[in-house]
Amino acid sequence: MEITLAHYLVLSGVLFAIGLIGVMRRKNLLMLFFATEILLNATNIGFAAISHYYNDLTGQMFAFFIIAIAASEVAVGLGLLIVWYKRTGKIDLDIMTSMRG
Amino acid sequence: MFEAIAFYLFAALTIGMFTITVMTSQALYALTAMAAGMIFISAFFFILGADFLGVIQIIVYTGAVMALYAFGMMFFDTTRTMVEKRENPRVIFLLGVLAATLVVFILISPIVSGHLEARYPIDAAVGNSQAIGMILFTKYLVPFEVAAVMLLVAMIAGIVLAGKKMDKSLTLMAEEEIARISAIQTSQDAKEGVH
Repeated sequence: MEITLAHYLVLSGVLFAIGLIGVMRRKNLLMLFFATEILLNATNIGFAAISHYYNDLTGQMFAFFIIAIAASEVAVGLGLLIVWYKRTGKIDLDIMTSMRG
Repeated sequence: MFEAIAFYLFAALTIGMFTITVMTSQALYALTAMAAGMIFISAFFFILGADFLGVIQIIVYTGAVMALYAFGMMFFDTTRTMVEKRENPRVIFLLGVLAATLVVFILISPIVSGHLEARYPIDAAVGNSQAIGMILFTKYLVPFEVAAVMLLVAMIAGIVLAGKKMDKSLTLMAEEEIARISAIQTSQDAKEGVH
């Protein structure tokens, strides 16, 4: 019963699908951010697994940069969310229609 | 054997926690379940021999990102349960097809890439943190610096957007006020054009 690369990749795919369900399902913007964090973490597992099974450090490097991007995404996103909440009092996605084309 | 037990245990825990995060209607449950899921994910990194990545995962995600989310949640009204709209079955169908295709592509990808060879092979004599440091500060130095600048920009953006003494900021004004100020601005510009 050996754990192969396919096991990790299937796990990564399942977690990515869960995050995708969250992105499609949520209307609250804070919950939407949670779902994007799940997406980023799912890809990180895939990168680390490939790095281990192909004996190469590049995958871990990419995972580090993904973590840096996730951290800056949270900082900017939460700042914008706080501004939006101060202006409108709601963080629902449905009322964000002022940029209607 | 132990690796298999650890893998399946943590896989079940992670999937369960993230399912709670996605499906619950309480923001606090979602936050705590996601913090637990992040820690369980770091267990995979330790199993895979990526020790430094696991430590970074715990510090950055459960230390910084989760604290930031908890801090941000204090601004929002999280006591009421959220109403999620789900009236579109076509979207759910599309989502299911997309997820299934994704799993198929993931499964065939190791077969397609069977002849890959390592560009920066892992040296067993050197520890993981040391090897990461050597690769990061030689081969990936420019992306590392760019990431540092990006984090600085994100930090400044966070301070500017969520800062307290930003009463005169354009992002906090009502739309009529912005329109009034821009009207004054344009009338002044017109006067200067006459003179």
